[in-house]
Amino acid sequence: MSAALKSREFLLAVALAVAVAVIGLYQPVFVEWENLSDMLTETSVLFMLALAQMVVILTRGIDLSVAANLALSGFLAALVSQYYPGVPLILMILVGVLSGLVLGMLNGVLVAALGIPSIVVTLGTLAVYRGMIIIIAGGDQVNASEMGVSFQAFPKDSFLGLTTPIWITIVVSVIFWVFLSFTRTGRGFYAVGGNPVAARYCGIDQGKQEFLAYSISGAVSGLCGYLWVARYGVAYSEIANGYELTVIAACVIGGVSIGGGVGTVPGALLGALFLGIVNTALPVLQITPFWQMAISGAVILAAVVINARAERRPDKLILPEARRLGRQRS
Amino acid sequence: MSASMPTEERYAVLDAPPRRLSATLLRWEVILVILLALTIVINAIVSPYFLDVYNLADATSNFSEKAIIALAMALLILVRDIDLSVAAIIALAAMAIGYAADAGFGAPVLFAVGIGVGLLCGLFNGFLVTYIRLPSIVVTIGTMSLFRGLTQVVLGDQALTHYPQGFLSLGQNYFIPYVQSGVPWLFIPPVPLSFLIFLILAAIFGIVLHRTAVGRQLFAIGSNPVAARFSGVPVDRLRFILFAVSGMLSGLAAALLAARLGSMRSNIAFGWELDIVTMVILGGVSIAGGIGSIIGVFLAVLVLGLVTFGMSLNNIPGQVVSVYTGALLIAVIAIPRIFERIRPGGG
Repeated sequence: MSAALKSREFLLAVALAVAVAVIGLYQPVFVEWENLSDMLTETSVLFMLALAQMVVILTRGIDLSVAANLALSGFLAALVSQYYPGVPLILMILVGVLSGLVLGMLNGVLVAALGIPSIVVTLGTLAVYRGMIIIIAGGDQVNASEMGVSFQAFPKDSFLGLTTPIWITIVVSVIFWVFLSFTRTGRGFYAVGGNPVAARYCGIDQGKQEFLAYSISGAVSGLCGYLWVARYGVAYSEIANGYELTVIAACVIGGVSIGGGVGTVPGALLGALFLGIVNTALPVLQITPFWQMAISGAVILAAVVINARAERRPDKLILPEARRLGRQRS
Repeated sequence: MSASMPTEERYAVLDAPPRRLSATLLRWEVILVILLALTIVINAIVSPYFLDVYNLADATSNFSEKAIIALAMALLILVRDIDLSVAAIIALAAMAIGYAADAGFGAPVLFAVGIGVGLLCGLFNGFLVTYIRLPSIVVTIGTMSLFRGLTQVVLGDQALTHYPQGFLSLGQNYFIPYVQSGVPWLFIPPVPLSFLIFLILAAIFGIVLHRTAVGRQLFAIGSNPVAARFSGVPVDRLRFILFAVSGMLSGLAAALLAARLGSMRSNIAFGWELDIVTMVILGGVSIAGGIGSIIGVFLAVLVLGLVTFGMSLNNIPGQVVSVYTGALLIAVIAIPRIFERIRPGGG
């Protein structure tokens, strides 16, 4: 029990609750449901991208191409909506997800099959994916008036008081949690990142795990690409420029170790929530948006310093049961 | 029969594999020279303006600021570190230069201010990485937001545009003017200050890395940091110095950039960190550490700079150029690996 209270996720959650409470005292409008719902909807893309990035980082990789992938997949979905308005919405979303998946699989092949360092591969594909939008579009953008009505309405719909992006985030988070906590393949990501040699002796295929991680990252980026483009009603090559580093920052704040093998679904979600709150609280507190980047930079550094202390404890365990057993024995 | 076999043969240790022609041809620098030659030939065919000396001189000033930082980045990546905050340091240093210029200081002070602010930023990075022992990629993602954010906080959406003429002419005029000798092929080309500084720094970095004990120590750290530490290499002190150098060169680049543009905003040099890392990796420096050469980085800088310049001469938009850059980066690293895979007995 005391271990649970000392866990990074718990501390982060407490810090966030305190922050929200303090902001709420100064500006009660911040804690009104309307505002919180807006904040969660706004942050939903970051939640999902942080989860996907975590899977890649678990395998000791990094995916810098997520934002470029988001921009390209979102653009392709918007193009379908523009030129084939009759296509059912689900197919338009699928275009986003599948193009994201294909782009992610390309990263996966380059990293897993050719053994090129992930930072090199994704740095390269980042540039390629963004430039592809210009090549496909010839410099044009897709505006709100050119996209279909249902295409844009879907992310603004709500069900039981929550908007669709929040619902999608919840579903995706549950899938990630079950997958990473209870499946053999999911635990495999921790094994490969925690100790690649030991993982090989256990019969875990590192290449397959890496390929899967980049594919997941790509598919999620594609889904987020649709949500981003449909929500803001514009698709062009610069959208989400530099967002990959925000996503990685969310992971780092959430306690995902850049050295691989360490990270949890609640942690990544809380890291993303932290940045989401920083972004929405500043305008409410009437601080100019110029402070946003400086504050998130300071927060990232503080989080890394705290993480570095935590990581000196040798608790990179692949199976949660092993930790429980160890505790009983000692 | 087996007893008559010479026994020394079995214990012979070869410290280098036998030379192969294919290995020599696949050397990184050779590939880069070929790429450079191709770039020049194709550009010269496509555009008649490409080989004009003034055009080429202007092209160098467009990539020299990045190239200067790439030299420090090469050493950082060689020792398995990275500095993603370089572009943000440019912004912060350029802002300090802008305010110093408003206060009426001249060019030497402005350069000193830029380098000084860069040094402070670099020391901060180095402190977090080597004393608090944090992974450099995470630290510099954080300081990137921090430095750029501070610039935004102070500057907001305004621009700093008042610089003394002496400072501006350093960035906007040719430092070495065009000198003709009467013989068509014998001349001194016009050289911008930034390119001249890059050439001098590249020579210094090359000598330090490839001809001094410190250079060998950097390779040792990159190959095996633990073994290097046990061999008495001052690993953390060297890494700390590298971050400081990276900061100083970013500050220097900030001064050169401010002098060339004659104005600065908080989004100055946005996204440059990835361009600079691309230059270094294309130059053959291994992200896994321990492998790389300054000649390789130098060639990669020229290849990327001339590709970009050639494409912009033909009115190709910047992001299409980046498609080419990204594809080039992946291709030059993937192709030797594919060769290794398909060569029988290789890989």
